[in-house]
Amino acid sequence: MSPIWIVTRKEISSFFDSLVAYVFLIVFLLICGIFTWLYGMFVGDVFIRGQADLMAFFINGALPAIGLFIPAITMGMIAKERKSGTIELLLTKSLTNSQLVIGKFLACLLLIFAALVFTLPYLITISQIGDLDLGRTLAGYLGLLLISSAYISLGLFASSITEDQVVAFVLSLIMGICFFILFSILGNNLNGLGAEIFNYSSFFSHYEPMVRGVIDSRDVIFFLSITFLGLLLTINQVSKRR
Amino acid sequence: MDIQIRNLSKSYGPQKAVDNISFDVKTGEVLGFLGPNGAGKTTTMKMITNYLQIENGEILLGGKDVTEPGIKKHIGYLPEHNPLYLEMPILDYLAFCAALQKVPKSKINHQIQKMVRQCGLNAEKHKKIGELSKGYRQRVGLAQAMIHDPEILILDEPTTGLDPNQIVEIRELIRDLGKEKTVILSTHILPEVEATCDRILIINQGKIVANGTSETLRKQASGNNVLKVKINGADNGTIQQALLNIPEVQLVDIVKDSQDKFEVQSKDAVVNEAVYRLCVKNNWVLHEMVPFETKLEDIFRDLTLN
Repeated sequence: MSPIWIVTRKEISSFFDSLVAYVFLIVFLLICGIFTWLYGMFVGDVFIRGQADLMAFFINGALPAIGLFIPAITMGMIAKERKSGTIELLLTKSLTNSQLVIGKFLACLLLIFAALVFTLPYLITISQIGDLDLGRTLAGYLGLLLISSAYISLGLFASSITEDQVVAFVLSLIMGICFFILFSILGNNLNGLGAEIFNYSSFFSHYEPMVRGVIDSRDVIFFLSITFLGLLLTINQVSKRR
Repeated sequence: MDIQIRNLSKSYGPQKAVDNISFDVKTGEVLGFLGPNGAGKTTTMKMITNYLQIENGEILLGGKDVTEPGIKKHIGYLPEHNPLYLEMPILDYLAFCAALQKVPKSKINHQIQKMVRQCGLNAEKHKKIGELSKGYRQRVGLAQAMIHDPEILILDEPTTGLDPNQIVEIRELIRDLGKEKTVILSTHILPEVEATCDRILIINQGKIVANGTSETLRKQASGNNVLKVKINGADNGTIQQALLNIPEVQLVDIVKDSQDKFEVQSKDAVVNEAVYRLCVKNNWVLHEMVPFETKLEDIFRDLTLN
């Protein structure tokens, strides 16, 4: 069995042992449900929209929920191991720095994946009340997974530069606010090169086309690059030891 | 697998934690690593396990560099303070460690049972680690270090937190393991070193200040054999002079506040018999004759207090 998978399995079982996973899944589904069915913020809930799609879920529900929950999942990943000294146990076994980081990354991503699988009842029920564009919806799910993987890698990086979980949480939340909200606001309000740079860096500008059903390889590459960069920075931090 | 350490150095900022040390540990040897707090014991051990990067010098395990991939599965390591996942059940934790150390799946259960037996965890094995007392946590720490049957064991203060009975058990276990494995253990408890280790290495401020068996260390430290005797039958001066007349004797002190006690020092020779014969010849009464051993504590203090 690959060391990466051993780490992933251990993290997932500790999610479920410590109730973190249950709390996360329940609250995630609750938030997504409320914004999909009952209350629309930016795009309106499904009844106001009058369209049988998951737009409200993708924009109002899942995105803010992910933005909040990923920092909570990733904050302890490395900071806690550092603080308790268990990182020394792990890295003196037959496990490399990158295997450890990738294992933890996969565990977080799998938890998000599980949460998305549990939203399938929304998809099924909405498909009953109208003509659901399945391809477009699946593109939206792909977007959510990609945005999650980018944000998880940033969260892991935040967790790797401090021993304090709260600091890690706040840091990744700040990064989230920048990438999710601030950059797109700045992009909309500036002109010229500044606008282009901020628009390009905004997660939203790459996610929004996918929700509309457009999978552009540039957007996919953007999220994969952020993921890769975040993991690389994290691995670099983990291999620095005093 | 033997351990060779050559010119190893590591500094934290301007402070040299380990300063150009070299030593060997042979296969099947138990090496006791002694030194005051902050002497560089833990740093050295962390470098041997390849947790800390080596700044200068090299560490060879069985002739292979410690940074080579694949070497870590030959090392079992119990870190200082024994970090553990408190929320994990013992058996799951041991299975996790075994899997990480590449124990084949078919053997994992067997190894876990062996460790539970060897480390005396049977009564508590279904608990979570966080529910255990300190002594049992220490046993779990030892168990995870040995789960993959490593050829080299690095134990950083293995007996802290154990009660006297457990200490004896763990010492026996280490002695037992030491027959086929190479063991380095650090400790503050000096009698422990004498009870478990074949050889002692004392380091101070990053440098090796003594290296040898407890006997050689004693010889080096005291230089002279010291014999405490109590003799009656004549006045102190006469007895002192008579003792000094024994050819091998170099120095005779009268012990303070006593009438008839002497400290007889001699170089490289045992003078017990000569003292006895002297007493017989003069018809003196020999009450006491105690060979005086320098305590390891004294040697340690001598070498590490500047």
